[in-house]
Amino acid sequence: MGLVTPDFGLIFWMTVSFLAVLFLLKKYAWKPILKMLKQREDSIEEALKSAEKAKDEMARLKSDNEKILQEARVEREKLLSDARDVKEKILSDAKEEAKAEADKILRAAKAQIESEKLSAINEIKSQVVSLSVSIAEKVLKKSLETDSKQIEYANSLLKDIKLN
Amino acid sequence: MLNTFRSLIIGLFSLIFLIFSQKIFSQHQEKTGNHSIETEHQKEFNPGEMIMGHVGDEYGWHIATFGETHISIPLPIIVYSNYSGFFFFMSSEFQHGHSTYKNFKIAEGNDNPNKGKVVELIDGKEIRPYDISITKNTLSLFFSIIIILWIFISVANAYKKREGQAPKGFQSLLEPLILFIRDDIAKASLGHKYMKFTPYLLSIFFFIFINNLMGLVPFFPGGANLTGNIAVTLVLALFTFVITTINGNKNYWTHMVNTPGVPWWLKLPIPLMPFVEILGMFIKPFVLMVRLFANISAGHIVALGFFSLIFIFGNMGGAAAGYGGAVFSVAFTIFLTLLELLVAFIQAYVFTLLSALYFGMATEEHH
Repeated sequence: MGLVTPDFGLIFWMTVSFLAVLFLLKKYAWKPILKMLKQREDSIEEALKSAEKAKDEMARLKSDNEKILQEARVEREKLLSDARDVKEKILSDAKEEAKAEADKILRAAKAQIESEKLSAINEIKSQVVSLSVSIAEKVLKKSLETDSKQIEYANSLLKDIKLN
Repeated sequence: MLNTFRSLIIGLFSLIFLIFSQKIFSQHQEKTGNHSIETEHQKEFNPGEMIMGHVGDEYGWHIATFGETHISIPLPIIVYSNYSGFFFFMSSEFQHGHSTYKNFKIAEGNDNPNKGKVVELIDGKEIRPYDISITKNTLSLFFSIIIILWIFISVANAYKKREGQAPKGFQSLLEPLILFIRDDIAKASLGHKYMKFTPYLLSIFFFIFINNLMGLVPFFPGGANLTGNIAVTLVLALFTFVITTINGNKNYWTHMVNTPGVPWWLKLPIPLMPFVEILGMFIKPFVLMVRLFANISAGHIVALGFFSLIFIFGNMGGAAAGYGGAVFSVAFTIFLTLLELLVAFIQAYVFTLLSALYFGMATEEHH
């Protein structure tokens, strides 16, 4: 029976000392340990969360960068094409102007040439007229030097008149 | 690594024990020459007595016997008698149970209900005084308490010093256990109310576990069968019972008195269910008490039984048989000690888990 009969003395000491252990452990061991464990767990969770947040932030920044880059590319494309258009326009304008100028010069030259020609022709005409007149004068003078010839000519003229 | 070390220690201890046993036996041989046949029978090795002596409690801590010299640590005896008042003296006054001191003596005789306890002789009758002596188990209790407090307060300081950092050293050895108790026992059984009971659960777990382990250490500060003592398990179970009862909410007591979900004729006119439920309320801590006591005591008894085999063989077939038996006995004891290491943890775990479940039942909300 000795083994299964609880002994009063031991029950007494066990109760007293176990109460003391419970109190001391709770106050000086479990409270700080559990507090620190909780704190560490919280901080780990916090760290994980903020890491997740940082990752999201990173992804957002990256996509932002991508967008800005994309916009810049579009802008550059636009600027380039604008410049090309302007160049094209300037070139074509210049060509047209040059052509118009050339035409004007050409036309002026043609007109001048025409007028030069006309005046030359006129000159020649008057030369020819005066030459023909002097030749005719000399021919007439030669053919009408005698009286008979003058009468003959007068007669032929008369013949013509009659016919008319 | 730890197990190998422990096995080595056990092996070494067995060897020392074996060498001394030769001396003890030679001593017995000498004695038989001078004593009568009756004393020869009494002095013969009695495994039952030896085992019970080791598993039970004693005044003074017997360490070893060299020849006729007993080496034991005297412990204070504190008694209060209704007849002669309060007494405080050392157990060495009894001369190992052979003499009386101021009418006090240690009761003897196999049929004596007070056998092995301090009794006072009043008019030739043995009367048991109120006895709060510091016995072997009490001293071992104090030792373990010092060790537990030292371990956990230093670990708590390590936590304070290394705030927010990873655990280190002894701290990292205990942290998984602490987290195991908190998460897998307290949180699993108690839900969101776990914080209130976690300190108690941690305390009983480590108290039982460390005392179980100390019981496995074969020499001085260890070796007492503290968690295998029914008084100790009684107090532990009582704490669980008191905490359960104090924290019982309306739902718990309703379940007790008017169990829902059972036919009415089990409650009226004969209150069968309430009777069973209220009986269960007391049976639960009783079973806690008996389970821990029986498991740890049985481990000690079987381990000591294997050691006794050495001397039984020695008695039967001489020293050679004793040495031969020792090889097997030591091998079995090593195996048993490893098994006891497992049991030390399992019993601490079971006690804590069941306590947590009872608290969970007591605080469960109606759903």
